[in-house]
Amino acid sequence: MSAPGGKRLLVVVRHSPYSSSLARASLDVALAAAAFDQPVSLLFVGDGVLQLQSGQDCDALGVKNLGRLLASLPLYDIEQVFVDAEAAQHYRLDLAAAPLPTRALDRDAMAELIRTHDHLLGF
Amino acid sequence: MIYSLLVMSSPASGQCALTAARFARGVLERGHSIRRIFFLDAGTGNGSATAIFPQDETDRLQPWVDLAEQHSVELILCIASALKYGMLDGTEARRHEKSAATIHPAFTISGLGQLVDAAASVDRLVTFGG
Repeated sequence: MSAPGGKRLLVVVRHSPYSSSLARASLDVALAAAAFDQPVSLLFVGDGVLQLQSGQDCDALGVKNLGRLLASLPLYDIEQVFVDAEAAQHYRLDLAAAPLPTRALDRDAMAELIRTHDHLLGF
Repeated sequence: MIYSLLVMSSPASGQCALTAARFARGVLERGHSIRRIFFLDAGTGNGSATAIFPQDETDRLQPWVDLAEQHSVELILCIASALKYGMLDGTEARRHEKSAATIHPAFTISGLGQLVDAAASVDRLVTFGG
């Protein structure tokens, strides 16, 4: 399945964890890319940073826990995970307690991140 | 240049899905090629053979069917999304004991690997909706 000379994919996550099925879809795409040995990075921006909230409890919603899914990403070699620093600060997120290790980026650094990838998938 | 498209917009809301189909035609008319069009989430509704739109509006299905039949463009519906939206081919309808298939035969149901593969082998991946 994987083509020679795979492209570097950047999955941009804009949706908060339980607001849209696209929140889950973005992580599924990242997992699929990793399963086919394609280099993939994740960038959480805007409301999407809420996916990194620690201690997510969605039992009452009857849907899968995205925090737990996020925590499993490093097991699939998805380790390039970046966060919009401004949005994280806006929501007073404690990134040290996030489900997986991330790197916070300012606007210039995000622009540079986008430049260093071949394809951008915005969810 | 080789393109792939990712379509996440429903045909029933807004212009985005129709814009995607017109973009695809524009790509071909300018001499480029399309590796694959992958439909995800609400975008899988574009494959519906049973949706009925007002007669005085632009047909939402035919532009896709034309791309497949006239230009051999591959149209893939994400299986996880398709099932949620009731988009079934004959195999899935039988597997889930539903009374009928609901997608147009120009579309194929498959997995996210097809999106990854579509991205890996093209110059441009263009996303519509989301």
